[in-house]
Amino acid sequence: MRKFIIHSILICSVIAIIISCQNQETIDLQNYMSNGKDIYKAKCQNCHGENGEGLGQLAPPLTDSVFLKTNKARLACIIKNGASETLVIHDKTYQEKMPGFPELADIDVAQVMVYVTNSFGNKQGFVSYDQVSTQLQNCK
Amino acid sequence: MIKNHFFIAICLALFTFFYACKQDKKLPFYGERHAETVKDANGTEKIDTVYQTIPNWSFLNQDSVVTTNKATDGKIYIADFFFTSCTTICPTMHRNLMTVYNEFKSNPDVMFVSHTIDFKYDKPSVLKKYAQKLGVDGSKWQFLYGTKDSVYTLAEKNYLVAVGEDSTAKDGYIHQGYLVLIDKDRRIRGAYDGTKEDQVEQLKRDIPVLLAEYKK
Ligand code: HEC
Repeated sequence: MRKFIIHSILICSVIAIIISCQNQETIDLQNYMSNGKDIYKAKCQNCHGENGEGLGQLAPPLTDSVFLKTNKARLACIIKNGASETLVIHDKTYQEKMPGFPELADIDVAQVMVYVTNSFGNKQGFVSYDQVSTQLQNCK
Repeated sequence: MIKNHFFIAICLALFTFFYACKQDKKLPFYGERHAETVKDANGTEKIDTVYQTIPNWSFLNQDSVVTTNKATDGKIYIADFFFTSCTTICPTMHRNLMTVYNEFKSNPDVMFVSHTIDFKYDKPSVLKKYAQKLGVDGSKWQFLYGTKDSVYTLAEKNYLVAVGEDSTAKDGYIHQGYLVLIDKDRRIRGAYDGTKEDQVEQLKRDIPVLLAEYKK
């Protein structure tokens, strides 16, 4: 009987931890999404559009989930340092220059990245500030 | 009975009044103005208001062809100042202007003129690439290149748009994002903030109003 109670408590607390962690992550996700949206509007929307549709051949759309997934690890670097290479998005080639945003702190990069990768039809889920920080330290 | 007639009469009067107002809706005039005494065909003198007009101009367009005010003479047009490497307001301005362009593309009385203020880098070939990537083809939308002096003077004195070089600005230049509406007599009839969607919508509503002024 005693064993049973101890086991139940243990299992319960494990479940509780998991649930509360998940909740913490949902809360973080919501925070990141709403801050990220503000940053997006202020810094990115002019080129990439309100719905991530891009601007002609001048700026690529942010709706290519496959591209965003395969390049997951370097998105933070693109956002912070810009890009000027040939990128293929939705089978179209883009060769314009994206400016860097050195004024964005790591947390800002994390938030706007989470916003982009969970809007416009993308659903990559949460990426924490720590992960983004590490990625930013290893930019090429 | 008499009361009834009276009421109907007043209603009719009001309707005609408002209808007349609607017909006569006119866009304002911008810039300096002065009174001038002019003689009409019969030689009688009268006083007329003379408004500021856009002077003659000549620039290279995106096809490296010398283009002058002859291209826009007799048309209404929308003018703006931008540069291709601008990463702040220009993409928004031209995203919005694109929607105006698409709406009036098939109207031969409407034109678009974008002046670059980056006299160092935005040579006609650069403008051509930019236009193509934006999605503009043909001569209805002219992208014009000129010397710093000629473009900056035109902007500030004639179109009343502030432009300038500024080494502290993110892209090296500062400028206002106005879309300026010019009538067939080269007068300024509107200035709309190209970064604000509601003002661009207003521009779309004002273009037909301006065109209607010439339909008599
Ligand atoms: C001045 C216009 C401009 C601004 C502002 C801008 N970008 Fe970009 N962005 C580009 C261009 C151009 C490319 C393609 C670069 C290349 O071809 O190397 C790009 C590429 C990207 C990509 C990878 C390609 C894709 O479509 O998925 C991402 C992600 C991205 N931008 C996110 C952002 C975010 C987030 C911001 C705001 C912090 C931002 N951009 C601001 C122009 C811009």
